[in-house]
Amino acid sequence: MRTNYDVIIIGSGIVGSLTARYLSAYDINILVVEKESDVGMNTSSANSAIIHSGYDPAPNTLKAAMNSLGNRLWHTLAPELGIAFKESGSYVVAIGAGELPVLRGLYERGIANSIPGLKIINKAEFLTREPLINPDVSGALWAPTAAVIDPFGAVLAAAENAVVNGAEYLFETEFTGFISGGDKITGIKTTRGDFSCKWVVNSAGIHSGEIAKKAGTRKDFIITPRKGSYLVFDPVKLSINNVLFPVPTDKGKGTLVSTTTHGNVMIGPNNEPCENMDDSATTRAGVEEVLKGAKKLVPSIDQKNVIAMYAGIRASGNAGRDFVIDIPVEIKGLVNLCGIESPGFASAPAIALKVVELLKSAGFELKEKPGWIPVRKPAPHLHTLSLKERAELTAKNPAYGRIVCRCEEITEGEIIDAMRSPVPARTYDGIKRRTWLGTGRCQGSFDMPRVIQIMAREMGIPETEVTKKGGGSEIVFRKTKEVPAR
Amino acid sequence: MEKKFICIRCPQGCEITTTLDGLGAITDITGNSCKLGIDYVKSELSDPRRTITTTVAVTGGELPLCPVWSEKPIPKDRVMEAAAVIRPITVAAPVDINQVICENILGTGINIISSRAITKGGQ
Amino acid sequence: MKKIYDVVVIGAGPAGLSAAIEAKKSGAGDVLIIERNNEPGGILLQCIHNGFGSVIFKKDLPGPAYAWNFIEQARSLNVEMVFDTMVVDITGGRKIYASNSVEGFIELDAKAIVLAMGCRERTRAQIMAPGDRPAGVFTAGMVQRLVNIEGYMPGKNFVILGSGDIGMIMARRLTLEGAKVIKIIELLPYLTGLRRNYVQCLQDFGIPLELSTTIKRITGKKRVEAVETVGVDETLTPIAGTERVIACDSLILSVGLVPENELSRKAGVVLDPLTLGPVVDETMATNVPGIFAAGNVVTIYDLVDYVSMAGATAGISAAKFAAGAPVSPPAFTLTPGDGVRTVMPQKITGLSGPDASVLVELRASREFAGRVSVNILEDENIVYSHVEKYARPAEMITLKINWNETAKKLSNNKSGLKVNIAKI
Ligand SMILES: Cc1cc2nc3c(=O)[nH]c(=O)nc-3n(C[C@H](O)[C@H](O)[C@H](O)COP(=O)(O)OP(=O)(O)OC[C@H]3O[C@@H](n4cnc5c(N)ncnc54)[C@H](O)[C@@H]3O)c2cc1C
Ligand SMILES: Cc1cc2nc3c(=O)[nH]c(=O)nc-3n(C[C@H](O)[C@H](O)[C@H](O)COP(=O)(O)OP(=O)(O)OC[C@H]3O[C@@H](n4cnc5c(N)ncnc54)[C@H](O)[C@@H]3O)c2cc1C
Ligand code: SF4
Repeated sequence: MRTNYDVIIIGSGIVGSLTARYLSAYDINILVVEKESDVGMNTSSANSAIIHSGYDPAPNTLKAAMNSLGNRLWHTLAPELGIAFKESGSYVVAIGAGELPVLRGLYERGIANSIPGLKIINKAEFLTREPLINPDVSGALWAPTAAVIDPFGAVLAAAENAVVNGAEYLFETEFTGFISGGDKITGIKTTRGDFSCKWVVNSAGIHSGEIAKKAGTRKDFIITPRKGSYLVFDPVKLSINNVLFPVPTDKGKGTLVSTTTHGNVMIGPNNEPCENMDDSATTRAGVEEVLKGAKKLVPSIDQKNVIAMYAGIRASGNAGRDFVIDIPVEIKGLVNLCGIESPGFASAPAIALKVVELLKSAGFELKEKPGWIPVRKPAPHLHTLSLKERAELTAKNPAYGRIVCRCEEITEGEIIDAMRSPVPARTYDGIKRRTWLGTGRCQGSFDMPRVIQIMAREMGIPETEVTKKGGGSEIVFRKTKEVPAR
Repeated sequence: MEKKFICIRCPQGCEITTTLDGLGAITDITGNSCKLGIDYVKSELSDPRRTITTTVAVTGGELPLCPVWSEKPIPKDRVMEAAAVIRPITVAAPVDINQVICENILGTGINIISSRAITKGGQ
Repeated sequence: MKKIYDVVVIGAGPAGLSAAIEAKKSGAGDVLIIERNNEPGGILLQCIHNGFGSVIFKKDLPGPAYAWNFIEQARSLNVEMVFDTMVVDITGGRKIYASNSVEGFIELDAKAIVLAMGCRERTRAQIMAPGDRPAGVFTAGMVQRLVNIEGYMPGKNFVILGSGDIGMIMARRLTLEGAKVIKIIELLPYLTGLRRNYVQCLQDFGIPLELSTTIKRITGKKRVEAVETVGVDETLTPIAGTERVIACDSLILSVGLVPENELSRKAGVVLDPLTLGPVVDETMATNVPGIFAAGNVVTIYDLVDYVSMAGATAGISAAKFAAGAPVSPPAFTLTPGDGVRTVMPQKITGLSGPDASVLVELRASREFAGRVSVNILEDENIVYSHVEKYARPAEMITLKINWNETAKKLSNNKSGLKVNIAKI
């Protein structure tokens, strides 16, 4: 195994993975270390999935700049990387006359941030666009450049594209400390040994503050994690046409009602304290708060039709609530990307390009690599294809004919694709996130036994070693007939 | 003395109330929908029994396990004991339905038999 | 496989097997069952416990042995069966699209279709069990399949949420296979499964049952480490201060079954919002001509015997339809009245068979401790009445009605009839 790299990136969220992807265009060796068993297991796969247009951040902040550039970049990057991306636009909806003036304020801020196409729409027109909206609606701010993305799909696409272009990923590998020589970082320590490098990119999400501190930088920067819960609905039971935000409050953007790229209505988040840095447990109170918030916009939402719930953790920093994107002066060889909270996803491509720029301006030689492949073709999702296309694919590969997950109609062929991709799925959740298997109404209760078998076969391990999300999360303990010693 | 039972002879689960005299003999019985209920109460009082259903390992079969059951109910207090005896049993495929898997379990005179067939193959 | 069949049955569980057998016996030529599993039998193959066949065979058989009778019959009647094949779409015009790894993508036509897809289980989100999302949270049916068929034990120390039958049966199974079941908790103030299962699965093994209790939180980053339970009041609201943490490595959810009707919906079949299955008449016909339905896909049954009977009815009706017999439109509707949660069939033609015998399956909406009469009403006028010793939501009530007799009592020429349960 190689232990010497040009750049080591800590964290494989959207920020780390897009950084790896843009850096993979250059003739350097890149390693991404990730403590979890897969890419994007944390905030980058538990968020609102909105590529915000950019009217919200205060003008002249990094957030404002990164968001509006990031939004523009996503519109071409998503198709290039084969990421599910819906150019839906978004609305901020005012309920009751009292909220109407807020729309005006947001509109003005959007103009200051040079956001194109913003428009305030009156009640009558909005009612025709979203029939299920609370009838007390008084108006809405339309932001046409906003979009909905498949967040995990985006992280995976970036990571796969980086790997195809030579970047390496190590999972279940936790950064534990820096190795430095004099005024310069020369490598990192991890739970899988030491690695040397010229540059470290700190894109560890909620843990980016601690890591910055370990390098002796950003000493007073503190991240206070706050979680936001989401509920996902059965698409047969509830359908909403648009992305709907309530008017924001000083607590944040509020509880939105949206439809994922996969077609499920999703509501959330709320904003509640975490018990510790990694506390992403949903709570009864939180779930109720989300339901209440969403019902303000769409009163007919019914909790009976919820099929999944989860929470994401905000990396809210104290640096005037702006992003930290810089090369610190205290020590050489480090790029800090801290406090990348919302709109961090929308901003991620701009942040990644900014990293490239920062490295160049710090004198790091980045030579373009001939033969860089910027385009990624995603594995097929059979249920999205026409009957004819399905028939053709199945004729070529019979495994595409064997349906394993009944709700989402995921085939054995798609599971095998996921396990043989450039960033292979090695866990049940990894397969789930890549294929949508087990995400429908039955939430895996039908497919799990079969998937365990396919995984064991593909990985050449016993079924008892198949995990849900990495070591320690084994799904079955023993064979029914292996009698435990008494 | 009054004693209540829930009959388990069929899914209806009648709630049966019996009155017992000082010697434990039944003097009255109500709540049963059929004769099986009386039978059940009598056996619960004198010799409670249960059908045991479990599985045994199969070698060389299309499936790793074969479901089995006691062709008649066995004494209730010996169910765990019977389970322990059955647990390590392995049979070779093919297995026929109603094949005797364990003869005269725990000397009760009752056989453990298969409740389905398992053909050879796979595994 | 042929391109066109007289009758195509979707699902080879007891409903589907009976439908195919009776369709054949009623003269249908080409009868095909499409099954996504690799063998016939449906859910019965994993129900290795006894308790099947009390009505039809007057015996207490394990699930696989019950299924065996029907599988053998279907084979000897040359019912064609394809396995490992999943139907993905059906149209109102009775075109069927299916997929497998041998023939690939399959398209065929049926003169009549019987829907017999069974049910699926409710899951964690539907009962709003908050907390972490570790490995070790399973539905009861999944555990049943893992332990009884695939041969894997998914944990060592279990807590079971829900006092439904599958949960109780799995409590006993896991105990017999050497695992520890710490307790079963139930949100409602009463048992939701059959009482016989409480006796023989919990009481016999000393497994405690705690009513009016739910899960407040699941903890464990990787694998379940504990669940926190909380008591609830009559309105099912958690009572602060009654929280208790139970260390365990697995949580099993046995919180109910839901008819599996994705395909029905695609075919334009109208569903009943209460049963969540197709609206059918006593011939098991849906609103779409030539599409029939039977078994758990229509309403969740307690007893497989009645599933087999409904399947047989659907099979006979499908064979008739395929042979071009005229369709009789429903003349009456049955809707739940006081004390009744669901009724099936929801419509009645009143024209089937010489004795016009109709099986009505219903569930009570609340507990009735003492004797009750189950009535069919035309306005206030009782046209049919039947006495039960009690009525509980957990136990389905089956009425066997001679419709000719009942129809004679109808006076007002009303088509809308109600079913109620009244205390005597
Ligand atoms: C509730 C909520 C809603 C949001 N909605 C939106 C939205 O609609 N639009 C938008 O643009 N943004 C949104 N965001 C923000 C957006 O999700 C984040 O800004 C973005 O995902 C951050 O990406 P990241 O790569 O920095 O962090 P992460 O995705 O958290 O990635 C960091 C990675 O680093 C790994 N890591 C941490 N420590 C170590 C270590 N010591 N060693 C190795 N690996 C380590 C972690 O495991 C993780 O995988 C939302 C955020 C939240 C919480
Ligand atoms: C755990 C449990 C315990 C029970 N215990 C008892 C008991 O003790 N006594 C008793 O009498 N009854 C009992 N029952 C009830 C009885 O077993 C069921 O009501 C009966 O088996 C339902 O039969 P079915 O044919 O409707 O459905 P199923 O048996 O579920 O059959 C449906 C079939 O359709 C197939 N299918 C579904 N969708 C598709 C598709 N798209 N394409 C192809 N195939 C498809 C499925 O794979 C399945 O094989 C129990 C039920 C359960 C779940
Ligand atoms: S008394 Fe008869 S009907 Fe009642 S539960 Fe026992 S066997 Fe069934």
